[in-house]
Amino acid sequence: MADAVFLAISVLTIGSAIAALEVRSLIYGSISLMGTLGGIAGYFLLLDSPFVAMFQIAVYIGSIAVLILFTVMLVRRQLIFFKVEDKRRRYAGVGLMLVMMVALGAIILSSGIKTIQTDAPPIDFRTIGEDFLTYYWPALVLMALILASSVIGALTLARREDIENEQRTN
Amino acid sequence: MSNELIDFVIVSIALLAIGIYGVSVKRNAIRMLFAIEIIINAANLNLVAFARYIPNSKGQTFALFSIAIAAAEVAVGLALIVVAYRMYKNVDIAEFRSLKG
Repeated sequence: MADAVFLAISVLTIGSAIAALEVRSLIYGSISLMGTLGGIAGYFLLLDSPFVAMFQIAVYIGSIAVLILFTVMLVRRQLIFFKVEDKRRRYAGVGLMLVMMVALGAIILSSGIKTIQTDAPPIDFRTIGEDFLTYYWPALVLMALILASSVIGALTLARREDIENEQRTN
Repeated sequence: MSNELIDFVIVSIALLAIGIYGVSVKRNAIRMLFAIEIIINAANLNLVAFARYIPNSKGQTFALFSIAIAAAEVAVGLALIVVAYRMYKNVDIAEFRSLKG
């Protein structure tokens, strides 16, 4: 059975995930998204993976959530509270969510993983570093290239050509 | 450890379902990005949970890769939203009708 810490983190994670999608203001929504991401980091700590947890906090809460917050502040004020929703589409979405939960839950419960517990020692982060630098080094290099190209792509996409042309003509 | 694998998997299923609800219902582009983030996090939780209980180091490695790729995806996605907002003065995805630059 799950312990109290697990239940507390579950309430935080799932509650703030729902809040992130349903709160009226996008700013509060992005702050709730931070709660979800932090809750996931808490799960990683419970799973004895402190390295992944630290990575999650650094990358997700430290950069992605802050990036989203700044983008939300860049859009116009009335769009922050913008909400157009079809009532029927909403009910269909809730139905899809429940069907998905029940179906996947039934599949998982009928599989054999019901009572898996482990006494194995947690994996040391040195092993992960070794994995990265021996077997997965091409993937690591590729990931670095993807990150660099995505940053360059984002900068070129968001560049304002009209302002630049104005400055050039002046 | 008193937690079982099934607990983490059930939380991950719940997050996945919430994320799919968000992607299918919301029309605000930034909210859809939130939903995609929630789905990616559910996947990462699954990876790390199975890696802990098998036990295996590969799951954590993949989770780290996935987090890094998600960061790249969000940077590009937000840049696209900013560009679309500048063109249409709106973040409603139903309004983004043309691919013309």
